[in-house]
Amino acid sequence: MALTSIKANGMRSLLTMLGIIIGVGAVVAMVALGDGVKAQTTDSFGELGANTLNIMPEGGRNRGVRQARSAMQSLKTMDAEAIEKKVKGVQYVSPVVSSSYQVVYGNENVNTNVRGVKPAYLQKNSITVKNGYFITNDANENRLRVAVLGNTVAVNLFGEDNPVGKQIRINNQPFRVIGIMDTKGASGMGEDQDDVILVPFTTMQERMLGITHIQRIEVTVEPGYSQKEVGQSIINLLRSRHHLTATQNDDFRIIDMSAILKQMEDLMSKLSLFVTLIAAISLLVGGIGIMNIMMVSVTERTREIGIRKALGATFSNIMIQFLIESMVLSGIGGIIGIMLGCAISKVVPYIVPQAATLITVAPIIISFLFSMAVGLFFGIYPARKAAKLDPIEALRYE
Amino acid sequence: MQTKSPTIQLRGVKKLYKIGTEEVAALNGIDIDITEGEFAALMGPSGSGKSTLMNILGCLDRPTVGSYKLDGEEVAHLSDDALARTRNKKIGFVFQNFNLLSKIDALDNVALPLLYAGVGLKERREKAYHFLEAVGLGDRAAHQPNELSGGQRQRVAIARALVNDPHIIMADEPTGNLDTKSTKEIMEIFQGLHEKGRTIILVTHEPEIAQCASRQILVRDGVISKDAGRGVVMDVV
Ligand SMILES: Nc1ncnc2c1ncn2[C@@H]1O[C@H](COP(=O)(O)OP(=O)(O)OP(=O)(O)O)[C@@H](O)[C@H]1O
Ligand SMILES: [Mg+2]
Repeated sequence: MALTSIKANGMRSLLTMLGIIIGVGAVVAMVALGDGVKAQTTDSFGELGANTLNIMPEGGRNRGVRQARSAMQSLKTMDAEAIEKKVKGVQYVSPVVSSSYQVVYGNENVNTNVRGVKPAYLQKNSITVKNGYFITNDANENRLRVAVLGNTVAVNLFGEDNPVGKQIRINNQPFRVIGIMDTKGASGMGEDQDDVILVPFTTMQERMLGITHIQRIEVTVEPGYSQKEVGQSIINLLRSRHHLTATQNDDFRIIDMSAILKQMEDLMSKLSLFVTLIAAISLLVGGIGIMNIMMVSVTERTREIGIRKALGATFSNIMIQFLIESMVLSGIGGIIGIMLGCAISKVVPYIVPQAATLITVAPIIISFLFSMAVGLFFGIYPARKAAKLDPIEALRYE
Repeated sequence: MQTKSPTIQLRGVKKLYKIGTEEVAALNGIDIDITEGEFAALMGPSGSGKSTLMNILGCLDRPTVGSYKLDGEEVAHLSDDALARTRNKKIGFVFQNFNLLSKIDALDNVALPLLYAGVGLKERREKAYHFLEAVGLGDRAAHQPNELSGGQRQRVAIARALVNDPHIIMADEPTGNLDTKSTKEIMEIFQGLHEKGRTIILVTHEPEIAQCASRQILVRDGVISKDAGRGVVMDVV
């Protein structure tokens, strides 16, 4: 019965539902996005460790011109060694030198990230070599042109073949493959952690990049130590090592992963507050729209109500009839809204590649129930009005 | 049995409407007894209070003053819901303008009183169909009211009035919108019902129709001015 009257006024009903549709759609999409981003960050920080500090060169000014970060040369290998030796609470320190290069084997040709690492990198990053062996001290000291391949690179270049012992060319320099790493999978940030080639640190720094500084230092803080304190110790150490006077700014910058995480969480909660607000407003507007249309419907159907009452319908019979109708209206709006929200959640990652969405059942059920509740709440007044109609006057209504 | 107590008993019933500061008496002291099985025609000039009286008799309205005993029970001051249940159980209505719901078919229209009587869907349909057949519209069950002629619509309305087996049928000018042929058909149905012992109260303007009834009651200015049995031709105006 409720459906027939909604069907009979298709366009009107749809417009009425719009507020609910938008409100519910916004909530569903927002929750999916929030959950997606949360899952992603927990993933990536779980692996990378929220306990990682990244030290970058910063703000060196050269005749007033800010230089590109890779061109800044403030960080040295010795800085990394000093941090490892002198700062308390530091578990691992990795000086980073890396670049993207064209890598060739036979006719195969890929572009991948090549990173210079020291032998200790194996333990620090819990890497296992499934085939061959890892970079040795000897290789590092002698700047040998040897390479350990990530699984993706190995497959892209060699397919089914065993790459160990084969010769590849990285940026046109010959390297011998000495090992293949076990698959690590995608990081939470969506990047393929197996799409990488590791070469000895010195080889990368001196032979490939031809630099004496390093691009970045990754510091893993030992559990139980505060990132803030460790960070401060590093700042003090580096400032003194770089002979900075009190008036000079730092020539490096520490990026605290947990701070990034927190920033992201802040952003997400602000965003979700905003969307919740929009959703609340549009649900309110939707509810009022439903109330309005139900009022119109009650007036239009005064005679019908009179007939029903004459035939024995009680107050609650009529009340329930109209409440069901407004709940069906808002419930359908809710379902359309959920579908819209899910559709948005599916589409967003294609438009904004960094954004991940995760659709879960709970918010869908909750928002559906909520939209029904809106229908119930805003249906009460019109339904009461209908139920209270005097049968004689209602029958006389033209 | 019938002599014991009348099924309808009105005493000193008044219906007052306030118009501005003035009180208008649509009914001004009505006493009636209608016994079970009677076929009473209410007559009278326009504005005399027939419909007002019918509404009170049909429990659609309450008297301002006075007592109304229906089957011995005082109903003059029942609550809205109690009146609704009384209507549902004891009274079947037939209106001048049919008052069918336009968006549902004949069968569902007939079944409506059973819905409010709390009867299950299957039984509702079966009973409704039975009563549609009884008024000769078994083959029109799936028709919407606007696909039926006036006479057919009124037959659907009569089926609806009968479906919950009320013992009183109230009809306010049931043939007012019908042509002569349909009027005859409808009146035959009413006479059939009367013969089966149902109490019928019918408002009409037409003396020929009032002739079908076993009793004629003339209302004038809110009071009963004449009350007579069959065969007495009443002067309406
Ligand atoms: N709701 C109301 N408010 C004020 N006056 C009313 C109301 N209902 C009826 N009346 C008055 O009561 C009187 C009786 O009206 P009623 O409808 O009972 O007449 P009736 O005999 O059925 O007339 P008709 O033959 O034209 O149908 C009329 O004067 C009418 O104006
Ligand atoms: Mg009338």
